[in-house]
Amino acid sequence: MTTTAVRPARPGARAAISARTLRRDRWWLAPLLTVTGLTAWVVYAVVRVYLHKWYWVEDHHYLTPFYSPCITDRCVPDAAHFGRVLPGWWIIPEAAFSLPFLLLFRLSCYYYRRAYYRSYWASPPACAVPDGHKRYTGETRFPLIFQNGHRYAFYAAVVISGINTFDAAIAFRGADGKVGFGLGNLILLGNVVMLWAYTISCHSCRHIMGGRLRHFSRHPLRYRLWTFISRLNTRHMELAWITLGTLAVTDFYIMAVAADWFPDLRFFN
Amino acid sequence: MKRHFRVWRGDATGGRLEDFQVEVNEGEVVLDVIHRMQATQAPDLACRWNCKAGKCGSCSMEINGMPRLACMTRMSTFADGETVTITPLRTFPVIRDLVTDVSFNYEKAREMPAFAPPPNLRPGEYRMQQVDVERSQEFRKCIECFLCQNTCHVIRDHEENKRAFSGPRLFIRAAELDMHPLDARTDRKDFAQSAQGLGYCNITKCCTEVCPEHIKITDNAIIPMKERVVDNRYDPLVFLGRKIFRRRGLDEPAPPSPARQPAAVVPQTTTLDEQGRLPLSEFTFERPGAPSPYGEDVQFPLPADGISYHHPSEERPEIDQARD
Ligand code: SF4
Ligand code: SF4
Ligand code: FES
Ligand code: FES
Repeated sequence: MTTTAVRPARPGARAAISARTLRRDRWWLAPLLTVTGLTAWVVYAVVRVYLHKWYWVEDHHYLTPFYSPCITDRCVPDAAHFGRVLPGWWIIPEAAFSLPFLLLFRLSCYYYRRAYYRSYWASPPACAVPDGHKRYTGETRFPLIFQNGHRYAFYAAVVISGINTFDAAIAFRGADGKVGFGLGNLILLGNVVMLWAYTISCHSCRHIMGGRLRHFSRHPLRYRLWTFISRLNTRHMELAWITLGTLAVTDFYIMAVAADWFPDLRFFN
Repeated sequence: MKRHFRVWRGDATGGRLEDFQVEVNEGEVVLDVIHRMQATQAPDLACRWNCKAGKCGSCSMEINGMPRLACMTRMSTFADGETVTITPLRTFPVIRDLVTDVSFNYEKAREMPAFAPPPNLRPGEYRMQQVDVERSQEFRKCIECFLCQNTCHVIRDHEENKRAFSGPRLFIRAAELDMHPLDARTDRKDFAQSAQGLGYCNITKCCTEVCPEHIKITDNAIIPMKERVVDNRYDPLVFLGRKIFRRRGLDEPAPPSPARQPAAVVPQTTTLDEQGRLPLSEFTFERPGAPSPYGEDVQFPLPADGISYHHPSEERPEIDQARD
């Protein structure tokens, strides 16, 4: 049984497969989890930021990262380490300096971009599943071309991680001015370590530290930095989610202690 | 044990999924089953393959909707009684059954400027350190299966982007050369952005997910290239630094490369198809056997003025004179 080869009548036509995707695994699960996780987190964060209270534990000097640095009129003077420069209008969050930059940092992060392009924008929802849009220009024009500025958000994030480190450090000052140590300190510390891990595993950081070089052999120190960051970078997605978790946990713990829902567990002083 | 398969049969005029009940033995891969279909039920089923070892990149197709190598997809990965659906790559024009015309990828590869030898070294004098070539070597693992090209939604779902977008396979090529310690061109970042359409990629990582060689296409090639493009185009600080410190090397625009014109692709006369291309397989060719990849009327050795390789000594005669 042979068939004679015939020249295709419509040259260049793709195979006419009617099903839009033939995948039958649960490809929709990952985008669904992403949407659920991110939406829940954003809702929590917005609610918390506009509560305008329960952000500072006077006795133990805990300040939640959602209110750091605290720079509006409303701030408790002790919590405002960097001055109170903004008016206390309700629409202005206490951390009006850091939150916009942190938002930009995460929005333009290469991992989050992948996550929300896939899950919120369905472009594409999963591999080999059709894009939900008629036209597509990627990141070639306004507004998405500004994703190219991610490294500037990274610089800001380094500064803000520094401020968070400062917050975690001064929280070791106990009630009477001496060194104290409680569960809240552990949580703050864990959060800061994770924030740093996430921040320096950033792709832009990897590029700045060594990725842009052509000859590693001429820059041994930068090569070692690059190697270290590359290793962290493979965990960037995990770190992105872990830090969302540690941020929420830290904030919730401090809110609970500040609102007297339960006392801080002190190890000493 | 017999299992149920659905295989897309047809050509550019249309086609449909056909049902087969085929014997499957322990340890077999999907390509074995296709061969058994050809041997027992459908001798005219078209399928491209060569090595059956995951190294030639010929047997790319879509199995249960996922782009895969048929020779590397074990039957044991499917549940008992699960129907296995086999279709050709969607992104490229179909020739027949499971065979598609992947010349898009070769055309994009041809547009890519080749490795430019360093002007002051003769072949044989190239020296590189392992740490410097390591990044480029990852990308040399590519077997050109074009699964990444096929999966990329930029062209898979938007045929009109094919003109502007070269695809992940060519992005790793761009990164390979831009990171190469000896490549003399400095305009590769600009080329990637303006001619290859790097900006179309939205780093959703499907190319990485399907690559059978496990090349970290997005993390190690596309994102670093995007960052390099930012250095060159969008970062005012890098621009200032360049002006103030007169830093060279990383980011100078390309010096006009003397006399390095890409060789003109000479159109062949009798054997071209409607799109002015050589037919890729005997199905669409009037002669038995596939055509010569160089064109039927090309004689070797090529006339020296028609090729794009230039020995550095042509531009720097002193190199030749220094020869002992
Ligand atoms: S990461 Fe970019 S190149 Fe790779 S499949 Fe996605 S859009 Fe295409
Ligand atoms: S990069 Fe990977 S998926 Fe793409 S052509 Fe090469 S081997 Fe295939
Ligand atoms: S923070 Fe994710 S890539 Fe920079
Ligand atoms: S036949 Fe060579 S890769 Fe499958």
